[in-house]
Amino acid sequence: MTVNKRNPQGLLLEEVLLYEQSHSGRMGVDFRAVSLSKDEQRTGLPLRESIELPEVSEPQVVRHFVRLSQKNYGIDSGFFPLGSCTMKHNPRLNEKLARLSGFSQIHPLQPQSTVQGMLELMFNLQNWLNELSGLAQTTLCPAAGAHGELTGIMMIRAAHEDKGNARKVVLVPDSAHGTNPATAAMNGYKIVEIKSDTNGLVDIQALDAAIEKHGTDIAAFMLTNPSTCGLFEPNILNIAEKIHKIGAYFYCDGANFNAIVGKIKPADLGIDVMQYNLHKTFSTPHGGGGPGSGPVSVCAELTPYLPIPLVVKEGDNFKLIEEAPKSIGKIKGYHGQAGMFVRAYAYMLSHGKDGLKQVAEAAVLNANYIMHSLKDDYFMPFNGPCMHECLFTDKQQKETGVTTLDIAKGLTDYGFHPMTTYFPLIVGGAMLIEPTETEPKEAIDEFILTMKELANIAQQNPEAIKQMPQHTPRKRLDEVTAARNPILTYQMSRQTQA
Amino acid sequence: MRYIPLSEQDKQQMLERCGVTDINALFCHAPQHTLDPAYNLPNHMGELEVERHLVSLANKNKDFAHNTSFLGAGCYRHHIPATVDMVIQRSEFLTAYTPYQPEIAQGTLMALFEFQSYISTLTGQPVANASMYDGATAMAEAALMAQRVTKRSNIVYDTDIHPDYKAVLKTYLSHIDGEFTESASPAETVNEQTAAYIVQWPNFKGDIADLNKLKSTCQQQGALLIVVVTEIVALGILPAPNQADIVVGEAQSIGNAMSYGGPHLGFFACQESMVRQMPGRLCGQTTDADGRTSYVLTLNTREQHIRRAKATSNICTNQGLCALAFTVHMSLLGEQGFKQLAQINHQNACHLADALTSLNGVQVLNTTFFNEFVVRLPFSAPKLVADLANEGILAGYALNDTDLLVCATEMTTNEDMHHLVQAIRIEIEGK
Ligand SMILES: Cc1ncc(COP(=O)(O)O)c(C=O)c1O
Repeated sequence: MTVNKRNPQGLLLEEVLLYEQSHSGRMGVDFRAVSLSKDEQRTGLPLRESIELPEVSEPQVVRHFVRLSQKNYGIDSGFFPLGSCTMKHNPRLNEKLARLSGFSQIHPLQPQSTVQGMLELMFNLQNWLNELSGLAQTTLCPAAGAHGELTGIMMIRAAHEDKGNARKVVLVPDSAHGTNPATAAMNGYKIVEIKSDTNGLVDIQALDAAIEKHGTDIAAFMLTNPSTCGLFEPNILNIAEKIHKIGAYFYCDGANFNAIVGKIKPADLGIDVMQYNLHKTFSTPHGGGGPGSGPVSVCAELTPYLPIPLVVKEGDNFKLIEEAPKSIGKIKGYHGQAGMFVRAYAYMLSHGKDGLKQVAEAAVLNANYIMHSLKDDYFMPFNGPCMHECLFTDKQQKETGVTTLDIAKGLTDYGFHPMTTYFPLIVGGAMLIEPTETEPKEAIDEFILTMKELANIAQQNPEAIKQMPQHTPRKRLDEVTAARNPILTYQMSRQTQA
Repeated sequence: MRYIPLSEQDKQQMLERCGVTDINALFCHAPQHTLDPAYNLPNHMGELEVERHLVSLANKNKDFAHNTSFLGAGCYRHHIPATVDMVIQRSEFLTAYTPYQPEIAQGTLMALFEFQSYISTLTGQPVANASMYDGATAMAEAALMAQRVTKRSNIVYDTDIHPDYKAVLKTYLSHIDGEFTESASPAETVNEQTAAYIVQWPNFKGDIADLNKLKSTCQQQGALLIVVVTEIVALGILPAPNQADIVVGEAQSIGNAMSYGGPHLGFFACQESMVRQMPGRLCGQTTDADGRTSYVLTLNTREQHIRRAKATSNICTNQGLCALAFTVHMSLLGEQGFKQLAQINHQNACHLADALTSLNGVQVLNTTFFNEFVVRLPFSAPKLVADLANEGILAGYALNDTDLLVCATEMTTNEDMHHLVQAIRIEIEGK
């Protein structure tokens, strides 16, 4: 026993991998005894010998994960203004309902007559999204936002192919999220980047030039509206007209739908296809990185290409359509992230059309309030009003040497989750702040004061910020070594130590 | 609205700071005629009303808590220890996001590192990522990675792969040049233009192939062997598929409910040489400024947020919480528990097979299986499924007119088996 290793850490409890807590013979489950007779070995292969899983008891597992949870920060912990991610409150009601055995303990292949309630819920959810978008029909299949994008561009491709030519190019603004170009590339399209203008908006001249150059080779324009700079694209109707004129489709990345849900119908803006991120706008928990859900709504012209299945109502019965001649086919196993549908549907019913309008308005008001409160302390690359998120950069802190990274790390020392940093890429040192509608004004005010204080420290004692964070479970990490010599499993870590 | 804290007074003060008097002034860049359209939707509801409505929908479904089931086919009902749901409902896990700020996300990161370690050791592959959407998309991504790694475009896949997995593969590859050949005889179809041969293990009908033979067929042609596992519990009884170059599949069975097909848990494991071609997130071990062991997302230059159009995949949000559920459940099982679980599944399946073959005219088609196999019936399989559903028995998955895919897990009791056998006996004797 090494006594001198003990430091008083208060409640900042250290925790090691379960592998390092393993003792042969410990178990966290009790099964009936089993020993397979010769006749009970029908796999055609010898029984597996060693796997190398840790051996621990239930109390150890519980304590391990509770301790790990205490090293994490979630929305329930505090303000989480991670731009573009819509970290809003996740109602526990939705978790409770998704766990009803009638939803959680049903199998995707059981006869449809035995899951009418689930199909009705999916049908209703499709209809809610149809109504909120003003578009014709919605697929619930995609697993997340990026998967919805993939599905949307696949449908666009199929529609063009149907007209005899898949076309070659997808236009993507340089402010777009990385999933947009990656999605278009996965569909075999060449990406032509459209520069943003000095206001952070689509540069109409650049768009015209691209249209001039690529003409009917253009399959689609992928726009995020409100944009990744938090701005509503004022020329959107004009853009839609230009895109439609060359027979291309107008795709909208709906990750930022929270700003306009219940307030504006995307179809009225000329949009043909849009994905939602149910884990953003409709509050299904982010879960430390998923599961998400990425339904896609499309205009009437694109409905034949929707993936399968689609839920329809025939008389009093709900039914899955599992074959459609022009469908792009299946994009995920079974029917989508059904557990997320239950949560999103409960969220929608809780809000109703009046509540959703309040969601958009409060989200936009909160962001503008922050923008106006911090505009003297941080550089604002574009003028407002903003929508659900506001964008600053570290330009004003330049001569102090303090960067966006430092501000972000500083925030963690004050008990806040940082904003999104270094995205969008079109401004240097981006700080994208999205408060969402579920924050009380007091929390927002506290955040504003903290941001002001950090701006002050940056001026007066920049070195202090460079040392932050000090009060978090870990200080800054050596990310360079992590990437240079990747240690991705316990087994690799042991080899490295050996 | 109970989720929105702003009071009227708050709003007035905030609007004032923004220099406007009306909220719509903040929407001034939107085409004004598009603001506040009519919605054909109800107004908000209280918690009680929402709960009543959803409970009534849930009650219309025949769930496995109140019915007997032999359904598997890529989605399995296993017992989930209470600890799993307690952990994944911890706020700090449930309401966090992708751990971009590692100093305050060590919980998620360490759990992902353990997840990767478990998947790696189960599959016999040196590296694993931090999850994919599901088994079907993981398989499609594996085919795409094989094309990148081998610089070949043709894919050959076995006949007995889950139909949804085949369908998703087809969709993902639809615009890519190259041939996609379904073939049960790879020795004849895999050639020097083949990027990969894909086999499900155990396959969709439950049979278990000899991977050594497939490995040598692939090796001779320089093609990769992709092994797809839809029932990860099988890896507690089968030797690790370390003949494969890539092992992908579905890990829903451990820690995750069936939930009508999602969210489930795709996994992706492969040889170390391919790590920079992998899709999805990877968590790595490192140290912090004080030299303490820490965890961080790494090799990000493969990913869309850095590499954009040249990324290895567009995947961003994945199945984080499902991976956590898996990790908690697998930690409880441990070395012995996981093997026992697999053995109990197999033993129950053997008993079910014996009970069914004791019936006149019923035949098990498999020579090998784990917890799932095909029975040939002397009458219509789809009709049996439909008839028994009315009696609260989900008999299995009808593959065609006579063949039924049935599954037994640790949840299957002798009484359940007896029910099914009796029901089939009545059908036979009724003829
Ligand atoms: C603007 C934007 N588009 C697309 C995505 C991708 O969504 P997902 O992570 O659900 O795949 C995100 C978020 O991650 C985003 O912020």
